[in-house]
Amino acid sequence: MKLPLSWLAEFVELPKSISISDIATGFTKVGFEIESIFNPADRIKGPLVVGKVLSIEELGGHKKPIRHVGLDCAENRTRYVICGATNFVEGDLVVVALPGAVLAGNFAISARETYGKTSNGMICSSKELGLGDDHSGIIVLDSHAKIGGSALKALGADDPVLDIVVNPDRGYAMSVRGAARELAVAIGLKFKDVSSSSLISSLDKKKKRGKITPVLISDKTGADQIYLRSLSNVDPFRPTPPWMARRLSQAGMRPISIVVDITNYVMLELGQPLHAFDSAKISGTLKVARAGKFTELVTLDKVKRKLAKDNLLIVDDKKVLALAGTMGGLDSEVSEFTVGITLEAAHFEPVSVARNSRCHNLSSEASRRFERGVDPALAEVASARAALLLIEYAGAIYNGASFKTSAIKRRSITIAASDISTLIGTTYRDKEIERSLKAIGAGMRKRGKKWIVTPPSWRPDLNDLPDLAEEVARFFGYDRIPSQLPSVKLASTGITGLTALQKRRRAMTLKLANRGLVEVHNYPFVSQSQMELFGFAGDRAKTFKIANPMSDEYPFLRTHLTPGLIATAARNLARGEKSVALFESGSIFRDVEKLNSPGEISVKKRPTAAQIEQIYQSVPKQPLHIAGVIAGEITNSGWWGKGRSVEWSDAVDLVRELIEESGNNYSIEAVDLAPWHPGRCAEFRVEGKAVAHAGQIHPRITSALSLPEATAAFAVIVDGLSYPDGFKARPISSMPAAIQDISLFVDQKVPAEGVQAALAEGAGELLESIQLFDRYQKEGESQVSLAFSLVFRAPDRTLTAEEVSELRLKAGALAGRKFGAQIRA
Amino acid sequence: MSLDNAGIDQIKSGALSAIRQAQSLDELREVRIAHVGDRSPIARANQGLAEVEIDNRAAMGKLIGTARADINQAFDDKEKELTALRDSKALSQERVDVTLASNRNPRGALHPLTLLTNEISDLFIGMGYTVQEGPELESSWLNFDALNIPEDHPARTMQDTFFIEPLSSGLVMRTHTSPVQVRTMLENEPPIYVICPGRTYRADELDATHTPVFNQVEGLVVDKGITMAHLKGTLDHFATKIFGSGVKTRIRPSFFPFTEPSAEVDFFYNGCWVEWGGCGMVNRKVLQAAGIDTDIYTGFAFGMGLERTLMVKYGITDMHDIVEGDVRFSRQFGSGGR
Repeated sequence: MKLPLSWLAEFVELPKSISISDIATGFTKVGFEIESIFNPADRIKGPLVVGKVLSIEELGGHKKPIRHVGLDCAENRTRYVICGATNFVEGDLVVVALPGAVLAGNFAISARETYGKTSNGMICSSKELGLGDDHSGIIVLDSHAKIGGSALKALGADDPVLDIVVNPDRGYAMSVRGAARELAVAIGLKFKDVSSSSLISSLDKKKKRGKITPVLISDKTGADQIYLRSLSNVDPFRPTPPWMARRLSQAGMRPISIVVDITNYVMLELGQPLHAFDSAKISGTLKVARAGKFTELVTLDKVKRKLAKDNLLIVDDKKVLALAGTMGGLDSEVSEFTVGITLEAAHFEPVSVARNSRCHNLSSEASRRFERGVDPALAEVASARAALLLIEYAGAIYNGASFKTSAIKRRSITIAASDISTLIGTTYRDKEIERSLKAIGAGMRKRGKKWIVTPPSWRPDLNDLPDLAEEVARFFGYDRIPSQLPSVKLASTGITGLTALQKRRRAMTLKLANRGLVEVHNYPFVSQSQMELFGFAGDRAKTFKIANPMSDEYPFLRTHLTPGLIATAARNLARGEKSVALFESGSIFRDVEKLNSPGEISVKKRPTAAQIEQIYQSVPKQPLHIAGVIAGEITNSGWWGKGRSVEWSDAVDLVRELIEESGNNYSIEAVDLAPWHPGRCAEFRVEGKAVAHAGQIHPRITSALSLPEATAAFAVIVDGLSYPDGFKARPISSMPAAIQDISLFVDQKVPAEGVQAALAEGAGELLESIQLFDRYQKEGESQVSLAFSLVFRAPDRTLTAEEVSELRLKAGALAGRKFGAQIRA
Repeated sequence: MSLDNAGIDQIKSGALSAIRQAQSLDELREVRIAHVGDRSPIARANQGLAEVEIDNRAAMGKLIGTARADINQAFDDKEKELTALRDSKALSQERVDVTLASNRNPRGALHPLTLLTNEISDLFIGMGYTVQEGPELESSWLNFDALNIPEDHPARTMQDTFFIEPLSSGLVMRTHTSPVQVRTMLENEPPIYVICPGRTYRADELDATHTPVFNQVEGLVVDKGITMAHLKGTLDHFATKIFGSGVKTRIRPSFFPFTEPSAEVDFFYNGCWVEWGGCGMVNRKVLQAAGIDTDIYTGFAFGMGLERTLMVKYGITDMHDIVEGDVRFSRQFGSGGR
């Protein structure tokens, strides 16, 4: 809401000493953020006066017309300046910047020699003053300006404008009057309200009987007050008075015509949206009604709108006139042929206007005010104010009013001073409660120790104790509230600290960072082409689509973390990194459950257990994944030699470490799964369930995105892992170890993981560790040689050579039975 | 050589001088053969004892013994000295340039948003709170309705929500972490002391200060006797721990549908007030929708953007750095935070 200071000053007594920043601080204190302050004094400095053109001498012989102008600036002699504009004559009043002035854009004026004359200043255009873009000529002031006086004042351009942010609960402050009331409360100044009764009675005195448009509220849910004032003899060609046009511009509205400008002016001033209909275009009675049978309306913005059945409208006996509270219709608009005007001021129900606005994606100055709540007591007064202005500035004759009103419901809230003190946490005395609530316009009656508070008609947001507590607290300033820590009680769940999942996520992310991977947070939006490139199929391709995405290319939610990771890896490589290792921890989204919207559920009380279940079931599970991608070298190259290149097993090893540390027992199977290489993807299973995948990324993807071919990736389904408890530490034996190596031939299709597990099982409890140290396959042969090192150790004695060689054979024998492995001699 | 006192002294001083002059272990080995070994003068003197008169033999024997011990001692000392000298020469030849770059292992890092979330979580856990999380794709009932933001309330359009197709699904990308507060209240009885960090979504274009996907941390306390002073105290404590003990905070009136009274919290930084987040006393309607008795319990809630906090704390001027995943950015923070 843009507030010219001079306009505010009509409603609040501003002391001379008050500065614009005092006013801004005041607004902030009571809850209005300052969007901007426009102060002309900050842009233009130094002497800028009104001068009268005494003489014009045309200096010929130049490419463009040049004038040597004599000016009366109320000085003791004539001032001469050079001017290139020609849109003025002798006797005109103009704006003169004297030497020493600094104009918009830091343009300093000084006396200078030019075109063979001395120019002692400059005659200014709008653009030079930063007041507009008009540079076609200089400003010619109206003849009332005081010669030698301040030109900015004469222009009305000395008026600072504050732009305040009005929160949705303070609709009444979307007016100069409402904002002024807040300012008065904030700084403790006198509020000067309009006198409703004198406005209404002075209009009544001017009434001359004539045709009056009848009115009806057909839909009582849509409006409870409507006032029509009928005027005749309107002259739509009258110019808008300059002060009014200027204020409209300052407030951010474009002056259009006298009738429209007056309705806008009154709306800005008092907060009541008004609409002027051409009376000749209304057939019969003007009514507030729902669309029902009406299906179409062309609004003022020349858009043909298809009406919804529940749209709230202004109609007459035959047709639609306006989208109530939102925008007028083009046909009933005031035009150059208009003689009679029906001025409409109503109190529409906020939700109906909000729906109108949302339905047609049409937010107007009027709808924004109605949605936030307009004072229901304002229609009569505001329409009277507008009618008076129409009489004064558009030559109108007032014929009288028609209206439909209902009693304005006044709520009362019973409170004790102590209730407010208890909620805020500081003591407010009875007198303070009374003073602050009266200041905002509430009625206060004492009953025993309690107050019966009647909020003012313009505050529909005050309904409850906390609402009043806020009013009291902000009246005295939030800085009065002390700072105090609550003594925290143990949660009813008894849980303290991080949950098991939170601890695990921290452990895993820290582990990956310490393994050299850098964490990223990618947007979870993916494109159709990404999904296709990655080759996700089945459930892993089913996702959710955002109806209003930031980019039409990326409307889908990710079903896997790898597309984002690989895109970020590619970006890092493109920016000059030679290798990249990234990971991300985040949710994925798959549309694989049957979800039902819970429908309407009341918020008046706690939903039933069944309803809560319904709400929870309407939301898809969003499993937590931790995934990573590594490309290039896993150790850096340097003077020590070449770094080692990333391969599929690096990703597998990271996952092994993560899952081992989680305490889950896993097995590994080879699988063919997107986005991995069909022959190079390991699936980790815990209790038969897939919990992670790791391996080399499919070459189709790496080549499409210019990544190294051996790029590896992994993804852990963190939610899939369980939290084994009862872990016991194994005692550490100080007895010597006995090491046995064993080499086996197996078919190349046999997974090494299985052979290793069989060896371990066959070796029995004395086996401390097992390590595959060699894998060899002769070209063209289907057998591979696997060589393992077995470390045996007993807790209490030194193992004999015979013992361990027997265990080695047992281990080999089991691998032989399970996988046909043959011990190499 | 006659076997007398002077003769023994001469043998001894000759041996000691030879030991002293040895420059290396090799030379010392020669000295050993000449002056300590079986055929050395002192050994021969010992052998000659038999020829000494019986009366003198014992005294002479003692003299030889002492001289021999002195020679052996000097030899051992010299041997130690020369060994140490040789070793230190050898080690000094093995010297390397320890300043050579040794960055074999790529440096990893946590994202600073993760570090900040952890820092805040630990701060509140230390005060007895727990950390609650919830889904990012959320029911609009939990994201809006239960928070006193009805369908047609202007506040609902204040937040540019990402809606999920079809609109009848009732699903949105959560616009704040407040639905986690609602879930917490639906699932638990007061007292409730929780913080809710997480990712949130609003349809803002990415620029230097905005991102459509951002992170918030919200706090919720519901208990008997909770006041706005408790809110202020908690925010002060929070700000002090994050920005340092010199930080100044203020709250000023504002509006949120889910709190009443409502406030914005600012902190004073680099000579101006910086908006940090929103807060207030939990609106009774919100407590009632979760079935909490408003005659017994009151509560406060607050919420702030983590990106904004990060930007101010570390002087980050461009949001792109936070969202783009450039490893050079996160590496500055390491895995333990700065």
